[in-house]
Amino acid sequence: MAGPRAGKKSAANGSAGENTSSKQSLSEAFDKDLYDGNNGVDKYAGYNMSIAVNEDEDMEDAGEINGRRLVGQYTASKDMLNEFAHGDTAEDDMLQSREQQAQIQNRETEYQRRRFDRQMSPDRTDGQSYKDVMKQRDLEREEARVNRLIEERERNGNEVLDHKPTLKDGNDDLSQVTGDKTPPMKKRKRRRWDENGEAEPAQIEEAGEEPATKKTSRWSPESKEKAEEKAVEPATAPAPAEPPKSRWDTTALPSAVATPAPVANGARTPAPISFAFGTDISARNAPLSDEQLDMMLPSEGYKILDPPPGHEPVRRPVGVPTLPTGYQGYLVPEQDSSLAMMGKQLPTEIPGVGDLQFFKNEDMKYFGKLTDGADENEMSVEELKERKIMRLLLKVKNGTPPMRKTALRQLTDNARQFGPAALFNQILPLLMERTLEDQERHLLVKVIDRVLYKLDDLVRPYVHKILVVIEPLLIDQDYYARVEGREIISNLAKAAGLAHMISTMRPDLDHSDDYVRNTTARAFAVVASALGIPALLPFLRAVCRSKKSWNARHTGVKIVQQIPILMGCAILPHLKGLVECIGENLNDEQPKVRMVTALALAALAEAAAPYGIESFDDILNPLWTGARRQRGKSLASFLKAVGYVIPLMDEEYSNYYTSQIMEIVIREFQSPDEEMKKVVLKVVSQCAGTAGVTPVYLKDNVLPEYFKNFWVRRIALDKRNYRQVVDTTVDLAQKAGVSEIVGRIVNNMKDENEAYRKMTVETIDKIISTLGAHDVDQRLEEQLIDGILVAFQDQTVEDPIVIDGFATVVNALGERTKTYLPQIVATVLARLNNKTAAVRQQAADLISRITFVMQKCDEDPQLIKLAQALYEYLGEEYPEVLGSILGALRAIVTVVGLAAMQPPIKDLLPRLTPILRNRHEKVQENTIDLVGRIADRGPDYVHAREWMRICFELLDMLKAHKKGIRRAANNTFGYIAKAIGPQDVLATLLGNLRVQERQSRVCTAVAIGIVAETCAPFTVLPALMNEYRVPELNVQNGVLKSLSFMFEYIGEMAKDYVYAITPLLEDALIDRDQVHRQTAASVVKHVALGCVGLDCEDAMLHLLNLLWPNLFETSPHVIDRIVEAIEGIRNAIGTPLVMNYVWAGLFHPARKVRTPFWRIYNDAYVQSADAMVPAYPQPDEEDMKRYELEIFI
Amino acid sequence: MADKLRAQQHLEALQARYIGIGSADTTRHEWVNNIQRDSLSSYIGHPPLLQYMSIGLGQSREKTRVQMLERMIQPAGPPPKQQD
Repeated sequence: MAGPRAGKKSAANGSAGENTSSKQSLSEAFDKDLYDGNNGVDKYAGYNMSIAVNEDEDMEDAGEINGRRLVGQYTASKDMLNEFAHGDTAEDDMLQSREQQAQIQNRETEYQRRRFDRQMSPDRTDGQSYKDVMKQRDLEREEARVNRLIEERERNGNEVLDHKPTLKDGNDDLSQVTGDKTPPMKKRKRRRWDENGEAEPAQIEEAGEEPATKKTSRWSPESKEKAEEKAVEPATAPAPAEPPKSRWDTTALPSAVATPAPVANGARTPAPISFAFGTDISARNAPLSDEQLDMMLPSEGYKILDPPPGHEPVRRPVGVPTLPTGYQGYLVPEQDSSLAMMGKQLPTEIPGVGDLQFFKNEDMKYFGKLTDGADENEMSVEELKERKIMRLLLKVKNGTPPMRKTALRQLTDNARQFGPAALFNQILPLLMERTLEDQERHLLVKVIDRVLYKLDDLVRPYVHKILVVIEPLLIDQDYYARVEGREIISNLAKAAGLAHMISTMRPDLDHSDDYVRNTTARAFAVVASALGIPALLPFLRAVCRSKKSWNARHTGVKIVQQIPILMGCAILPHLKGLVECIGENLNDEQPKVRMVTALALAALAEAAAPYGIESFDDILNPLWTGARRQRGKSLASFLKAVGYVIPLMDEEYSNYYTSQIMEIVIREFQSPDEEMKKVVLKVVSQCAGTAGVTPVYLKDNVLPEYFKNFWVRRIALDKRNYRQVVDTTVDLAQKAGVSEIVGRIVNNMKDENEAYRKMTVETIDKIISTLGAHDVDQRLEEQLIDGILVAFQDQTVEDPIVIDGFATVVNALGERTKTYLPQIVATVLARLNNKTAAVRQQAADLISRITFVMQKCDEDPQLIKLAQALYEYLGEEYPEVLGSILGALRAIVTVVGLAAMQPPIKDLLPRLTPILRNRHEKVQENTIDLVGRIADRGPDYVHAREWMRICFELLDMLKAHKKGIRRAANNTFGYIAKAIGPQDVLATLLGNLRVQERQSRVCTAVAIGIVAETCAPFTVLPALMNEYRVPELNVQNGVLKSLSFMFEYIGEMAKDYVYAITPLLEDALIDRDQVHRQTAASVVKHVALGCVGLDCEDAMLHLLNLLWPNLFETSPHVIDRIVEAIEGIRNAIGTPLVMNYVWAGLFHPARKVRTPFWRIYNDAYVQSADAMVPAYPQPDEEDMKRYELEIFI
Repeated sequence: MADKLRAQQHLEALQARYIGIGSADTTRHEWVNNIQRDSLSSYIGHPPLLQYMSIGLGQSREKTRVQMLERMIQPAGPPPKQQD
């Protein structure tokens, strides 16, 4: 039994209780919450709590006595084999993890997973009034309080532990949120043993039909519980007590999937089983038979207990594959799952649905009904409706995009016929499924959104249920999920109305679970943004002043905190009301309420900045005095509020209030608390930003302490604080001046700690790039250069931060760098020769960043020296480094000029030609840039033959993936053609039109267009038109395309070539080939647009006559080009002339004719409606007469 | 199919902005109405033309303008009866 499991990592990790696996952990007691006493004392203390999964191996090893083997062992020991199978070093099962990664719950935090604990309330239609709900909440709170009390006492040890019942109420652990021994998931569950039905099972449930076992014996049907009980009672019998823990729970494992209300009983639903049929053998295939149990357990000393009253036997899920390989025991045949047991695979096709993209195991739970093959003729209308919805939902969730679309539309259109009950009873449980993936959730949420819109106020009874499902979206990590959640809730609020939303959500405001309160607060903020703040304000005021429970006040303030976060500056009109609403809570007796109030004020001030200080007038005093009184976390929140309020004040006030608070802030510089550190840093930078705080004040009072506490090595190693400190220091520098701040930290660049050096370099980079280096004096300048050189040279990991800082400092110092340049150049040259590629690359990158300054310092000889060195390194083998070297060369060529360049261009360029063949993008980009620059500025330095060679190499570049490279290559063709005349280049390019690759041909056509533009069209056109005579489709098309680009580029120059090109176009427009005509049409368009108003109307009209029959093309590309060409001609010859063609077909009997004619008409109407007026037809019909036009003077 | 849908949406978007555009389903009456209204607004929109017509009609420009504005109501007569 245990043997086959050995390979499964999740099962092997004895304590893998979390949902790292999709399977229920085998070693964790399934019903721990029932029996474990939960009183902080582990009943099993002293026992071996886990059983090795590879139990059989242990048995084998039993032959080993006192570490001495009786038989020789010649194989790798099991420990060796399993060394990497378990624990932290375990290797992940790749397939399993991939499947799980897609699931939402696997990237959720523990807190977010608490959504599974929430229970869907029954409909509010069944007579459960607001009062009842409130009463129930009160009861829950009271229970929680009592439990907390009990727990407290137990912890203090003054409680008698003897009389703890083993069977306890499920509610007991409500209070255990904080305890670390109970994972939150187990916290709340359905109270099965509540007989009073106070918590009715949710209406939404999948009814499992029949009990799991048929035979009645002393064991059935609650074999699980009883066995557990049996094992537990004799505490003196360790042998049997051990195994049951992991084994027997599993009896019910697959069954629990189908327990009623799968959505509600978070604790009870096991992690889903996601494996294809037959591949997983870790789960138990069938319940232990009574015979087996008898064999396994001693018969004396045990008693078989009766099942607890009201206990429902667990049921078998429909269709979960359970038959394992090699199972030989007796199996009770079960009618419903027989299909699955016969080895039926999961269906990919559901009757009436068609082919799905996928079908998961868990889907069977919800959609299994569709496969049962029942006769639809015998069903009632309700059942039929249910099945219809089920099918549509399945299509939406698992179907292909087109299926999804139609199904979604059907759901939306029929939403009112289906009714809210039928819809939500199916949709909402699906959304609570644990294995839900992003895509599925998105689609289901979309369904809700659409359906909501249609149902409108019918949705009311389901508001709470929908909220339970949607609220978790509001705290999802995924931004889009949050947006979706907001949208749904806001639509829900609009559909249900404010009063109903309030009465539904009010009971959750003082819910005993803080997760519920938190999400409800967020949802309320969304409601406020949907229905307007003023509408909600009276309610908020009441909640924030609630006398009954501080939880309500806390949640109320939290709503006020969320509103500005959601709405931003849109709160400004209601700022006063919102502040007044929470003002008094600053002095609340509950520290938590005070804290959240301060945070809410901070959020309000942040959203309102820079306006609205008058709204905060009333709370300034309590806030400041409060800040003096608080300690720890609540002080942090008060300081945060202070920090956000100060920037709103005018100069005088901000000065006063800053000095009031600074003392505390400075005191808290030393706080070890991370949160506090973050807050004080923020406050300091906010205070430094206000006008009222003077540089002198900062220098005298803040800076010494600040640098003492925050500019220490430890900070540099802490990622979060690192950023904060850098930003705050930059903000301080804005006020206190560059030299003041930089002077204090400049020596840190020579620190032995690399992270600290980097932090300093980054800060200096930011300060100097924003503020310049004007007030850096001679001494500081030396220190700066010295420090940055040290930081640059001492890098162990090459980091762009350092090189950025270096470039910034050098560029900011400008000509003042001159004295240090020899030293810098020497360093760079040395590093260019380094054996590490990254070092060489950095050195080259640095050169390209500082050439401009070097030129300004008149250090051309140094530049030449660098250029010569770089030239030597052109044989570099690492493409990244080669790219940087080329970039540096280009930068030098740019500042030095081609004439003064050493090595001379005529030596440099031939070295570049082979590099053009390099396929690496960075290399390509930098070479083509350099070559293009040379071709542009100084083509004469190189022989024409070399340029031709480059032309050939450039053709390959036209295939590059990056657009920038293709464009640069095209431009370079233009430069080269200009330099050596178009003939040879053109010949090369025309030859390239014969190649197969489309992209290459297109780029060649572009290049021809560019050449024609740079060398005047008449040098190119004859050759081009001659090439058109080649009886080859690709070539002719290429020529047409080149013409199209050419006419696009040359614009008005086109008029000189219209008559020359017309016969060619004539031929092209009556060609059989569609693409031919299409390309010709685009030439016509550009020609026509080029010669608008330039007296070429006759040629244009001729072309229009040839174009017009093409109007009946159906291929979208072709017809688009044709219509564009006609539009172009309309611009050239005037609207009325073209309209003469249009009138004929507008009311043609054939729709196929009318449609394109109307398209032309509409285009004309949109672009030049007024020009159409004179051209309207003048038939004799009475209503068409335009008498005004007959007026004649 | 998708193309047709897109064309349809495009047309609807255009129609929302330019009321005078049509499609294969536009009736003669609708079209004539549009023609007439466009013509009238064009006359009004070109002051020299309006002046010319006013002189021809022997009345003030404003009067012609108002006449034309009023003619824009059912410029082609009442809509034809629906045939059942």
